[in-house]
Parts: sequence; C-alpha cells; structure tokens
Amino acid sequence: MTAEALTTILIAMLGGAIRVSTPFIFVALGETLTEKSGRINLGLEGNLVLGAMVAYAISFHTGSPWLGVLAAGFSGVFLGLMHGSICSLKKVNDIAVGIAMMSFGIGVAFFFGKPYIQPSAPRLESLPLGGWASNPALQQALEINPLFIVGILIAIVMWWALANTRVGLVVRMTGDSEPAARAMGINPIKVRILATAAGGFLAGIGGAFLSLSYPGSWNEGLSSGQGLMAVALVIFARWNPLRCILAALLFGAAGALGPALQSVGISQGYYFFNAAPYILTLFIMVAATGSNSARAAPGELSIAK
Amino acid sequence: MATKQISRRSILKTGAAGIAAMALPMPFIKAASAADGVVLGAVYVGPRDDFGWNQAHAVAMEILKSTDNVTVIEEENVPETDSVSKSMESMINLDGANLILGTSFGYFEPFMIDLANKYPDVQFRHAAPLWSEDKHPANLGSYFCYLNQAHYVDGVAAGLSTTTNKIGFVAAKPIPTVLSNINSVLLGARSVNPNVEVQVIFTGDWSLPVREAEAANALVDAGCDVLTCHVDGPKVVIETAEGRGVKSCGHNASQAALAPKGFITGAEYKWETIYSMYADMLAKGETLPNVVVGGYHNDMVKNTAYGAGATPEAIAAADAAIAGLKEGKPIYVGPLKDNQGNLVLDKTFDNYDPVLDGMNYLLEGVIGSIT
Amino acid sequence: MAQAETSFATPPAYDTARIRASIEAVAIPLGALVASAIIFSVFLTLLGKSPLQFFELVWRGGFGSSFSLQNTLQRATPLILTGLAFAIPARIGLVMIGAEGALVIGGFAAAALAIPLVSAEAPVYLTMLLMVLIAMAAGGAWNAIAGWLKHSRGVNETISTLLLTYIAIAIMNFFVEGALRDPASQNKPSTMPIGKDYMVGNIPGTDVHWGLVFGLVLAVALQVLMSRTTFGFAARVTGGNPRAALAQGLPVGTLIVVCSAIAGACAGLAGYFEVAAIHGQANASLVAGYGFTGILVAFLARHNPLMIVPVAIMFGAIEASGGLIQRRMDMPDATALVLQGIIFVVLLASDSLYGRFAIFQPKISTERT
Repeated sequence: MTAEALTTILIAMLGGAIRVSTPFIFVALGETLTEKSGRINLGLEGNLVLGAMVAYAISFHTGSPWLGVLAAGFSGVFLGLMHGSICSLKKVNDIAVGIAMMSFGIGVAFFFGKPYIQPSAPRLESLPLGGWASNPALQQALEINPLFIVGILIAIVMWWALANTRVGLVVRMTGDSEPAARAMGINPIKVRILATAAGGFLAGIGGAFLSLSYPGSWNEGLSSGQGLMAVALVIFARWNPLRCILAALLFGAAGALGPALQSVGISQGYYFFNAAPYILTLFIMVAATGSNSARAAPGELSIAK
Repeated sequence: MATKQISRRSILKTGAAGIAAMALPMPFIKAASAADGVVLGAVYVGPRDDFGWNQAHAVAMEILKSTDNVTVIEEENVPETDSVSKSMESMINLDGANLILGTSFGYFEPFMIDLANKYPDVQFRHAAPLWSEDKHPANLGSYFCYLNQAHYVDGVAAGLSTTTNKIGFVAAKPIPTVLSNINSVLLGARSVNPNVEVQVIFTGDWSLPVREAEAANALVDAGCDVLTCHVDGPKVVIETAEGRGVKSCGHNASQAALAPKGFITGAEYKWETIYSMYADMLAKGETLPNVVVGGYHNDMVKNTAYGAGATPEAIAAADAAIAGLKEGKPIYVGPLKDNQGNLVLDKTFDNYDPVLDGMNYLLEGVIGSIT
Repeated sequence: MAQAETSFATPPAYDTARIRASIEAVAIPLGALVASAIIFSVFLTLLGKSPLQFFELVWRGGFGSSFSLQNTLQRATPLILTGLAFAIPARIGLVMIGAEGALVIGGFAAAALAIPLVSAEAPVYLTMLLMVLIAMAAGGAWNAIAGWLKHSRGVNETISTLLLTYIAIAIMNFFVEGALRDPASQNKPSTMPIGKDYMVGNIPGTDVHWGLVFGLVLAVALQVLMSRTTFGFAARVTGGNPRAALAQGLPVGTLIVVCSAIAGACAGLAGYFEVAAIHGQANASLVAGYGFTGILVAFLARHNPLMIVPVAIMFGAIEASGGLIQRRMDMPDATALVLQGIIFVVLLASDSLYGRFAIFQPKISTERT
C-alpha cells in the first residue's frame, strides 16, 4: 500500500469517525442515563427512526432544521415516557417492552413519514473547521456538525453530573439499589421514568442527525440498526459517558474502513471490511473485559443480574 | 451488513391485530368471488413509496389500475422468502388472482417457478430477464427494461464532464444487472474519452444510506468528480455528491431536483411502457407474452432531462448516443477484457444478447472487485 | 418464568396452585387480547377503516380455510425454533439476541456441506441427517462462543450475540457471493442448489414442511428438559441466583455454555429448514428476521417452551393475514407495525396483572425471578 493510499484511508477513517459517530453518541448517552437509573430501553432504535422522521418533517415545514432537532427530541421524550411508565408496572419486563416500543416507534415513523421521502428539507449546516488544511479530503473530514460537538459536551456534562451532583447521585442510587434509594426518600419509579424520558430525548436527537446532517435524508431504510447497536455500545462503554464517545468514534472509524479500502483499490473481501466495526468491537470486548467487568453495571439492571 | 432486515423485518412483517382477532374469532365469511375479468396481484419487496425501485413499479402500476376489466391488488414489503409464495398463493386462493407480477429479483427462483407449476391456470410474470423457454413453465415469464442503455448515455455525458477522468459508482451488490450498469457507464464514457476510469464501491446491500454516503465521500476523496449509483434509493448519493461539489448522474427515477448545480442526467426505467402494453392486451382478453424486454429502441428506458451539470458538448454527445441506441448500435463492442486481464467478450454483442445477462465481471477500466 | 416458579415454589397446595396458575396464565393474556382488540378498533375507526372487516380478514387470512391455516403453520415454524433459541438461555438468566446469526450460520453450513455430498450423489437420508447435524452443530457452536465468552471473560452476552450476528451474516455473504457462489445464480447470489431430491418435503396431505414437526418435538423435549430434569433444575437455580448456584457447587460455566449451545442448535435447525425446505440453497434471504421475531415470541410465551408453540402460531397467523389486510383494506405495511407495537405493549403490560386477582391465587404469591 502506498503512503498516499494510507493517508486516504486514515483521513477517511477520521472523517468517518466524526460523521458516523454522532447518532451513536446520542443514543448511547441516552441509554447510559436510562440504564444508570436501573432500566434498559432496548427500543431506542424506535426513537432514532421516529426522531429522524420528525426532524425532517418539521425542518421541511418550518424551514428551520434546529426546530426539527428539538421536535425530534420531544418525539423521543414521548416514546421514553411511554416506555418508562409501562415498565413501572410490576413484573413488566423492560427488555421486552423495549422491543415492542421499537416496533411502535418505527411504525409511527413509517406511517407518517411517507410524504417526506421525496422532498428535500433544509439541513443542518456543518462548521468548516478544516479551513487550515491544504488537503481537500482532510478539509472535508473536518467539516464538523454542531451536533457532534453538542454530543461531546453533553457527554462531559453527564459524566461530571453523574459523579458530582445530587441529581447524578439520585440516578446512580436508584440504579444501584432500589431499597437504598427508597431509604433515602427517593421515588425510584419517578426517577426511572424521567431518566428514560431524558434518554429518549437524546436518542431522538441522534435521529435528527441522521436525517438532517448525515446521510441527511429521510427514508425507511435510513437507520439500518444504529439504534440497536448504540444500545449495545453502552455495555461496551461500561456505562461511562466519556467511554461512550470513544466507543462511538471507534465504531464510526471502523465503519469508514470498508468504503475507504475500496476507494484505494483494495476491494476483495469487502463484506469483512464492512463488518469491521462488529469484529473490532467483539475483539476489544474480549481483550478488555476481565471477569470483573460486570461490576460497572448498575446493580438494578436486569441485564446485570 | 443487511442490518435493515435484522433490525426491522422481524418486527415489520406482522399485522398486529391478528392477536386481537384470535380473541374474537369471527365466523368464516365466504370470500368475495373473483371478478370476471383479470385480478392482478402485484408484489413488491419494499415500500411502494421508496423513491426508488418499488416506487417506479408502483407508479407505473397505476396504468393497470385504471384499465377496465382489471382489478389490481398489491402487497408491499414482502421479503424474498417463502413469504413470497404464501403472499402470492393467498392472492390466488383468497382474492382469486389470475395474474401475478413479482417485482423483485429473488422472487423468481424457486418461488415463482414452483408456484407456476402448482397453479398452471394462473399467469406469472417476473421483472428480470430470467425466464427461458426450455427451463421454465409456460405460464411464467419475464419482463425487463435494460437500464444499462440509459447508464451508457450517463457514461457518455459523464465522460465529457469529468476533469479528473474518474467517475465514481456506488453499487449495492455484484449481480449481473448492476455489473452491466457499471460496465455500460465505463463504455459510454470511454466512447468519448478513452482516459476515463470508473471506480466502484460495493455497499453489500440495497439500502444502507449511511454506508452509501460514506462510499460517496470516499469516491470523491479518491478523486472522482462525477458520481452515479445503483442502489434502491439514490437520493443519498446524489445529495452527497452535490454537497461535495461534484457532478452526478441519477438512477431509477428523476433526481434532478436534488442536485440543482451538478446534475448531469440519469437513467430511468419506463415500466409504464410494459404495463400499458399489458393493460391493452388484458383489456382485449389476450394472454401476455412470456418475454417482454426492451430498452431505448422500444421506449422502455429514458434519460432524465439534462441538468445544470451537463455541458453543451456532453448534451450533444449524449443525444447522439441515444439516437445510436434507438437504432440498435451495440454497447459491448468486442473484444473486451475484464479488469483481471481475461478476455470476457470475444466479439461484439447485440444489446439484448442473453450472454450479457450472465455478466459476472468488471471490464478493464473499472477499479473494483466483485468479491 | 414466573409460571414455572409457581409450580416449583408451592409444594403445599401443589395441585390447586398449579391449576389456578394455569387458568391465570390463560385468562390474563386472553383479557389482554380483548383489550388490545378494543384499542385496535378505536385506532381503525380513527383511520376510517372498519374494525369488523379487519377482524373478519384476520380470521380468513390466518385460519379461515385450510390454505390459510397451512399458511399460518408454515410461517410459525421458524418462529417456534427461534423462540426456543431465546427462551432456553433466558431460563438461565441470559439475554441472547443472536438467534438470527446462529440461524444464518446453521443454514449456511448445511448448504455448504450439501455441495460435495450432492455432487457425489450421497444417499439422500444420510445427506439430510448430516445436514441437520452440521446445521445444529454450527449454530450451537456459534452461539456457544457467546456463552463461553460470558463465563470465561465476562463478556456481556447480549452485545456479543448481536455482534456475532452481524459477523455471521458477513461470513455467509462473503462465501455466497464469492468462493461458494453457484455461477448460475445470476441476480441472486446463492450456493449451489441442493436439488429437489435432497430437499425436505411437506407433511403428507399438507403444504407445511416437516420443520413444524421438528419444532413441536423440540418444544416438548426442551420443556421436559427444563422442568423435569436435574439439568433444568440446575439451570433454573442458576438463572434465579447465579451466586447461590456457584455456592452450591453447580457447574455454572458448563450450564451457561450448554444452554447457549442448545439455543444455537435450535436456531441452526431453523436455518437448515430454511435452506432444505424453502430456498434449496443458502443466500442473503436467510436473513429474514426470524431470529429477532423469536425474541418477542419467547417473551410473550414467558420463556415456556410449550407456550412458544401457540404464540408462534399466533405470529404466523398475523403474518399470514397481514397481506390480505394490506390488499383488501388498502393499508400500508406500516399501519401493521404501529398497531402491532401497541398490542405487544398491552400484552407485555398485562404481565403486571399476574398475582393481582384473588381467584387465581393460592396462599403463596408468585415470585418474580
């Protein structure tokens, strides 16, 4: 492989990490918050898809993509409240409800999204942070969407707030031990509903990124499972918001590998290159997780029990 | 990665209310007897409004819906599993369908072949050039528009529009129909500009918008300044190209509006030609022919009206190419080698020669691999 | 799970408790279905569609004729097997969502093995047997990787099974479109067809393939295994409390790996029937989502192997009638998705009703695992 080809690949992976990672960041952060409170919402794929549709539709009608982003967030809150409330009933399994909610959210998005497949809606402008670079590919790679930066800021704030604020303590307490939380006068049900709603909000914004920035279009095949994968990445990131960013960046970069290799003429076995994110994630998990990894999991999580 | 199916199909294909109905069993009510005329069942692999392959069929199907004597029933999102057989059988048994149109490649074998044998009184037609008289039942048949002719015209226009001499092609899967479109773009471009190369990236599935955008970006980064594609919904590729400031050629339907600056032209099916012919024959009570295929010479494909990206000389050359195709001028002028150096076409082949339907190579000048 | 626990945890009034629990297990879902039907009717009315016509069509499409019934059963067949593939690990406390991958690997392995055997014209029944075995072994081994990683490395099984699914699909696609592609499979890359002689036929007198019988037998066998044997007992104890299980000296690691392997074998068998009874070859259509639908089937059956059969049949009926509804009522496929989501949510929410009605209750309340 020539140095030029290697540069192309590396730049593509950098660009891919930035472009592709944002929806993963938002969904994973939303799920982290929800899981920290002791619930699993496996249905964030539904929030993502519904958010994508709502954002596109609102941006199309109002001409303001940022209004679309906000609306997407609230569509996520709606689904989150539904999930949170139903799972607050005794004996209802949150994982199963998540799967059912996924179907509901996707269904609503498809049903109301039909008229928006064809038209073009105003999209979120990216910030040209690569103006200094002489390499046009690098310039392009550094076209950064404001949502990417917002996502990183939210991750930092969430990481800090979980550890250092009273709200963070309440969420963690609820997630780690329901009896302990009750003893402190916390209403775990309320906390979990709110955490699921807030998580839903973030996942909805992740969807807005898909339809309004990258790839920047609405159709029924838009998500191809990113929401489901992002939920899984939370376990990979061990419920740490900062690690969610890392996981998402890594996943995005690995996802850019397949097309980038083909673009420099290395195209045999592209199915494996395209599966690189999954293979890489699995290897890292095997290498990095000792038998004590489950300790990072919130104690009330059904997946951790 | 086919995640679309994984994450969705499972949950997609069911109609919830069935559960409810089990609680409220209704007495069996006799099926509405089939109308005297033709009951046509159309089966689509995706949603009817996907701005791509399925929509192209569904829009053209309207012609049949307005035909006297023909009742059209439709089913969308039917995967290429035994769901196809069962949906079609259900149309036959419960709706009295006597003509079935299957519009996805994978419906043909084994499903439509088996059904045609099982229901000899029902006519089946499938949208790909796969039927052959000596292998398949007589009540089955094929219809297809050779879109590669329109992609050849894309190539001609693109060949005169590129300054880097590199055209990028985002492709779903390495099957003959797709490969023929890629090769035709190359041959079209080389017919006017011998230095052109076509670089292809396979995404691995028909609808993966994020990877399609990644592929489009990677192609631009690799120096391509014209992009085209063969995926279910070309919207993402065309919009990404426009966003990167490069030119583009469309696929399936008109994407001109998506790229006001860089759109050159695009390849479009004209299923309506076939479906109106079917409609006329059905209205007269005639049996449909087993094979209806065509291209430019019989008005079954077209190119999108030229956009701002097309230079006057590109338009002139493309118009000339269209005129040539209408007269039957061959695209595959032999001898031709594949990009591994093997001689794959030893002579010139007619545009409808069945040899070309089995294409499993990328021609010399295409950068990419089919495995 | 709670149902099995009930019978296990209530030795005093064993029989009465069992009967009451069984009645409860039927009455509550039925009530939820009625409730769903009502919500659903409101929805349809809002959409300007006739609920009455809808229910009539569901009945006709799912059960109303011998064709419809067979359609339903055929569609239920893979779901029985993938439902089992989720339910068995769930009994030991594992959330394994990778049945799709095990199905693909199993089906692909069977199709790949068939290539030399069919070319050599090996005896039909021997070939079939070997194909079944390799499909189950490949699917089982594939899923066992996740179980083994869980036990030995602490790798979360939910994420590893999801990742393994994507990897399985990549492996199959790589070979199906590359080394093992039948050159004749033009517009749909596939392995070489195994040929009619080597394919699994239908149950005599029906249009339903033999996979249904295998599914039923396996459901019964796994019910016995999980509720009547030491192995099943140990698995349930482990699922209830892994630490206690370890403390009691149960071979938790072996149990986890074996349960994962059983699950993978069920999914692999589903893959075998997709190849040998439906497609006659392996191709991308093996990825049809059965593995994921199986998760919902298992949850609605509350991870009870026997209950999976009727739930899978219910799903089969929904799918079988879905097309008829699309055609007759001119509703987009997405409508079904919305309504389906609502109904699953109602059904799942009805889980909270268990133990709430005095008439179903013995003195001891059911325990949640």
